[in-house]
Amino acid sequence: MENHPNNAFDAARLLASQLLPPILARIAGFGERLLSLIAFTGQAAGLVVQSFALLFWGLKAGQPVRLRHVVQELIAGGVRAVPVVILMASTIGVMLAIQGIHSLRIFGAETQVTFGLALSIPREFAPLITGIIVAGRSGSQLASRVGSMRLNGEIDALTVMGISPVRFIVAPAVFGLLISLPILVAVACIAALGAGQLYVTATIGIAAEAFWADVLSVTTMIDLVHCFGKSVLFALLIALIGIIMGLGVVGGATMLGRATTSSVVSCIGAIIAADTAVALLL
Amino acid sequence: MAQSLTQSNLEGSGQQPLSVSDLRGGYNGTPVIDGCNIEIGAGEIVVIMGGSGSGKSTFLRHLIGLKAPMAGRVHLFGESLYDLGEIDRLRLLKRIGVAFQSGALLSALSVGENVALPLVEHTVLDRELIDVIVRMKLDFVGLLGKEDLLPSELSGGMLKRVAVARAIALDPKLIFLDEPLAGLDPAVAAALDTLIIKPRDSLGMSVVVVTHELESAFNIADRIVVLDRGKIIFTGSVAMIKQSPSRRIQNLINRVAEDEEFDPEAHLRRLIGEA
Repeated sequence: MENHPNNAFDAARLLASQLLPPILARIAGFGERLLSLIAFTGQAAGLVVQSFALLFWGLKAGQPVRLRHVVQELIAGGVRAVPVVILMASTIGVMLAIQGIHSLRIFGAETQVTFGLALSIPREFAPLITGIIVAGRSGSQLASRVGSMRLNGEIDALTVMGISPVRFIVAPAVFGLLISLPILVAVACIAALGAGQLYVTATIGIAAEAFWADVLSVTTMIDLVHCFGKSVLFALLIALIGIIMGLGVVGGATMLGRATTSSVVSCIGAIIAADTAVALLL
Repeated sequence: MAQSLTQSNLEGSGQQPLSVSDLRGGYNGTPVIDGCNIEIGAGEIVVIMGGSGSGKSTFLRHLIGLKAPMAGRVHLFGESLYDLGEIDRLRLLKRIGVAFQSGALLSALSVGENVALPLVEHTVLDRELIDVIVRMKLDFVGLLGKEDLLPSELSGGMLKRVAVARAIALDPKLIFLDEPLAGLDPAVAAALDTLIIKPRDSLGMSVVVVTHELESAFNIADRIVVLDRGKIIFTGSVAMIKQSPSRRIQNLINRVAEDEEFDPEAHLRRLIGEA
């Protein structure tokens, strides 16, 4: 059967699959994915710029970002995630304390576990665990909601009503997560350190006051910048990946399910990649 | 407050609601619509007809701002839709109403919230007044009392009527109805026919209906436009289309399939995948 390429990408794909040897076809495939990533980055940057533009100038342009929509997103993505974030962060805090004590006992320095917890939880574990939890909840929820709206023609309906889909769907989700994720990360820090402190106090007898004094003594402003800077970065990644995956849904329910799953995998992958990049560069 | 509601009416007065010139459009560089011209006057009901694949849906998407054409212009109330920036285009689109074939109601919102949406987003009316207007619009389409239902709890006909109520929420001077009767039983279809004429008669709106339902088209149209393979092949009144000598038009209104010249050799090549 004849294939009719619709654009340059299709033509390149067709050429690669039919003419090139396997190794070159793989290189072509890599190039195609790279181009997709560049296109995705451009689309994401465009959505962020439009969201902030509508936040500041939307009212004047007749397209205001509504506070109640942001609050709805804040509740859905933030408040409802609090129990699971506390549960997971507490578990991680205790596990780190167990492993820390176990490792440091080799050197007879288990009382130094406090410093290990204070240095690793705010800077690394709290943002990462919270980001992964929120990616699983909000990333998938955003992709399925936006994808479903696209399939049902709701996004077209908003447009023809003169309502910018960016200010109605994208901006509230972006700002909701930009506000809620740093707060959730702060909650995760407190929960993880609190659970770690309870374990440390119960097992090696370090007093709660001494534990928190040690935590405060080693935590620097740089650690907090890392902690909250990462949470802002992760919030943007989750919101934009979820929305863009949802906007890309065409066809039907099968594609919607696929986009939802892909959004979670992509969000978590992007968070881990961004976390690694920040750890290596800063 | 009342000023906001009637603003669109005042702005629309004295300007032609819709004018399309040399429109050429399609998907992925493949033209589906080719050189279409159409003008719609105030208070006119125009029905756009055509068989499956004639380009009706694509044409509609160009008219309502959802797809930029490859060439040509779409003017709404004197303004060139696709020459405007994003914000100005959205401002212009506030002055039209569109009811999609599927209804396209926001599934997370109730019926009342769906109809209220344009009023909440584009006016400064207080909530009590918006609720009154929503009840008026739902009464207009015969669905008063259904405000609290979700779209998933409505039948196909009810969804279409809510979509009409939402389309006329801001009292636009021009509304577009996409296949309003598709999939409905004859009794509901007849009721919807009346509903399509009502906005013109009572509110002075121009109405563009895209449909392939002949009976309905003949009942409601002031003018019928027939699309065939992306071109407008007929524009005229119901009486004129019935008397048209064109074989294609007669085939369309008599529901006769186009008898394309059958080439057995080409057909065989298609079957074995060579062409």
